[in-house]
Formats: sequence, C-alpha cells, structure tokens
Amino acid sequence: MPLEVNGQSYETDEEGYLANLNDWQPELAEAMATADGAELSDNHWEVINFLREYYEEYQIAPAVRVLTKAIGKKLGKDKGNSKYLYELFPYGPAKQACKYAGLPKPTGCV
Amino acid sequence: MEDEGVVKKFCYMNRKAPYGTIYALESLEVVLIAAAFDQDISLVFADDGVYQLTNNQDTDGIGMKNFSKTYTALGDYDIKKIYVEKESLEERGLTADDLQALKYEDEDDDWAEKDSLFVVGREELSKIIDEQDVVLSF
Repeated sequence: MPLEVNGQSYETDEEGYLANLNDWQPELAEAMATADGAELSDNHWEVINFLREYYEEYQIAPAVRVLTKAIGKKLGKDKGNSKYLYELFPYGPAKQACKYAGLPKPTGCV
Repeated sequence: MEDEGVVKKFCYMNRKAPYGTIYALESLEVVLIAAAFDQDISLVFADDGVYQLTNNQDTDGIGMKNFSKTYTALGDYDIKKIYVEKESLEERGLTADDLQALKYEDEDDDWAEKDSLFVVGREELSKIIDEQDVVLSF
C-alpha cells in the first residue's frame, strides 16, 4: 500500500516497509508512526537515527540482540536493554524501528 | 527440546566470488541468522571465496548491492573465527593487506578491539574443518 506524505506517494511492501531506501525522509517515519497510533519522541528518534547510521556503515539492519548491545554502548546501559526498547517500539524494536527508519526488515526476522 | 544447551561447531565454507552468483550473499545471511542461536561458528574463505573479503569493492558497474561492508559487522554478531586460506590468497596474487580488517570488541575486556580474521595455511585449515560438527558449503 503506498504511503501518502505531502502530496507525494511512496511505494511500500505488503508489511509497510519502504520499497526504496532512498525515498526516506523524517516525515515518512512520522506518517508510519501515526498509522500505528504512535507518536515519535526524541527517544524514538535516537533509535531510528542509530539504525540509519548502522545501515549506512554495514549495509544491514541489525538483529535485536545486536541492536540492544550497540545502543547500550552508545547511549548508555539504561537504554541498552530490551525493556526500554520494547516500551518505545512495542511491535518489536528491530522490526518497527527499522520500518520507521526506512530500512528493510532485519535479516532473520520473521 | 532434547538438544537444548548443546553447542555444536558450525563451519561455513565460502568458495565463490562475491558477485555473479548468489552464494556469497546467501551464506552471509544464513550466518547472520544462525548467529542468534549461540552456536560455535567459524567462517572459512577459500578459492575465489577470498574475494568476498577484499577491500574497496565497487559494484556500481554491475548494479548489485555492495554487501562487503556487512562482513565488518560480523564482530557485533559474536563471530570471531574467520579463516582465510593462505594458498588461495597467494594463487590470486593477494595478501592479507588486500582484505578488510575484521575485528570484534571484547565485552569482557573493556570493549578492546581484537582481530577476528586469521590467514591460515591449507594444512592447518584442514585440521580446523576436521574438528567441526557441521560444515555448510557455499
């Protein structure tokens, strides 16, 4: 189902992941969150931006375990745990945050 | 599960050039998925597989995604044993300097960076493979 933002239409796959990585812009993340009934706080953006940087560097979306460890290292132990990340992204931190970040679904996620 | 807690030694053999066939990318994806199961994982690169780890890959001309940077994320996945066959490098005029530096951070040692790539001779490599419980060939 295509996503409509600012009069532009963006292609997504059947699960709502952005078809073209280069289409991404912050407004798209906002629109996806709104559709899920969520609102993005600075804490959400921290994770989304982290994922985009990770993808830029390694060309993959990290698995949850890897994400949790890396967030803990970068943003502190109080954020590098699954409780914190699941509170932010109840549909699964890797899956949901990757979607908002415009990345493909993490390898190994079903 | 009756096998719960049993850690097996898994070895992923990579023998093909990175592009042109899907083997290299598929192997990498399987490894990343398998890493979630806390098994003892080794990766072997031999024959044309050594090209998978080379520096400065550029795929613009062939319209494929350059996934070579993903190998540098293997450390994050706790994959710390990556063996490259010395003879395969030599036969192709390559040295360890032509390969990406693959490292992992040791959580128990204040995140010190340590090497995870080892260039080993054919004889030693055959011993390593012989010690494995499961060998998957790509």
